[in-house]
Amino acid sequence: MTRVGENETNAAGSIGDQAAEWLLRRETPEWLERDQAALEAWLNESPQHLAAYWRLEAGWGRTERLAALKPGRMQRVQTASRKMSWPGLRFVAAASVVIAVALGGWYGWSTREVEYATTIGQRAKILLADGSRIQLNTNSAISVNFGIWKRTVSLKRGEAFFDVQHDAARPFSVLAAGHRITDLGTKFAVRTSNDRLEVTLVEGRARLETASPLVQHHATDLVPGEVAVATPSTIAVTKQPIPSLANTLAWRQGQLVFNHTTLAEATVEFNRYNQTKLVVAPAIADLTVSGVFDAAALTHSPTWQGSPLSFAWKSKDMTY
Amino acid sequence: MVPAPAVKLWFVREVLPLEAALMRYLRSSYRNAGEAADLRQDIYAEVIASAQEQIPNTAKPFVFAIAHHIMVDRVRRERVVPMDTIADVEKLGLASESPPPDRIVIARDELRHLRAAIEQLPPRCREIVVMARIEGLPGREIATRLNLTDATVSYHLKKGMQLLVDVLYGSVPLSEAPE
Repeated sequence: MTRVGENETNAAGSIGDQAAEWLLRRETPEWLERDQAALEAWLNESPQHLAAYWRLEAGWGRTERLAALKPGRMQRVQTASRKMSWPGLRFVAAASVVIAVALGGWYGWSTREVEYATTIGQRAKILLADGSRIQLNTNSAISVNFGIWKRTVSLKRGEAFFDVQHDAARPFSVLAAGHRITDLGTKFAVRTSNDRLEVTLVEGRARLETASPLVQHHATDLVPGEVAVATPSTIAVTKQPIPSLANTLAWRQGQLVFNHTTLAEATVEFNRYNQTKLVVAPAIADLTVSGVFDAAALTHSPTWQGSPLSFAWKSKDMTY
Repeated sequence: MVPAPAVKLWFVREVLPLEAALMRYLRSSYRNAGEAADLRQDIYAEVIASAQEQIPNTAKPFVFAIAHHIMVDRVRRERVVPMDTIADVEKLGLASESPPPDRIVIARDELRHLRAAIEQLPPRCREIVVMARIEGLPGREIATRLNLTDATVSYHLKKGMQLLVDVLYGSVPLSEAPE
């Protein structure tokens, strides 16, 4: 590992340059999945590559956040071409979906707040003025607050998928369960239950930060495929393979995907979408179920409305 | 084998904040201060390789032990510096628990620090970094506006990125930032 002489400078310098090159390329719109694969292959070649890349990525990420927080201050170049799109919010929703919209008053001179909510079993698609799209899952609520310098969405309950139009001068943040997710050009899903937050990154990059004093180091960058689970005291990040990522997001098509999921866990999922609540007898709670289910199956299919036992039998059939 | 995201998280949160102290140690011990950045790169690579096996409980003694080991190894190979120029890692007082720095103060200082760092970049480099980072302009657009080639813009961005990160992690004190 240790090389001697002049080459050292060149070797370390060139690894640093390569890492910088990768980082810059990743920020371009031409960045594709195969580029991501090539980057990962390069990273896996050597801890030298990991060291240089992780360090630059973390440091460069800090410069982006700071610059984004203070637009205008450090600016030395004219920004006349930048559009300040006014937050005239509009939304598109499935006809069957009732959305509660509460128009807030004016906050200061540049922001207004709009709330969207779904009830149990409903889903909604929302198109924001900046072109960002939000998809709300069952029993979920958000409030949208767009200002000139920043865009903020609070996830008050439930689960939502965000497809964000990136704008470095007007950062897009999601506040949920005491944490903040800041978009760095991204598609991601956020789910809250009690004080637990789960962020699944699909595309691009996002930063998860927590205000909690219990978490010592409170910011982490997520890359595609990573799932962060945050509680008031911890943040854990894991990598999810792409197929299971698709399963996590199947709710967007109204589906639930189970893969050797215990009946106890599956019941909790079904109950999020249905007024009729399932109860699982403890004796069968550990049986597993696999397959793709209509999230609203309980109301549509009588076979699902029987006793917990028929639920179990049905599930068993599907497993084997 | 520890999963990569866990190693990365640990590296970014626990190891990188030690960089300023690590660089002071390398400079105080190793006469050839210009090579401190290469040493740092080798140390980080070794730290990551070890953490992939198992993440240590406390980062600081671990990182400095590896730093010491790598420096001794280099000195042996090069036979230029007498061994006693390497500061004794035991004397650094790593065992004593120093209170963690106030993170709120760091966040406030970081902004000032970063602005000062940007001011210190070479003019062309600074102009391009500001356009890319603060205006969010794509490289091609910057090249068109400044009448430069894509490669030149990319060169300045890569250089600016590395200089800024050096300053942010305290590898280079502000006053000593090159150029």
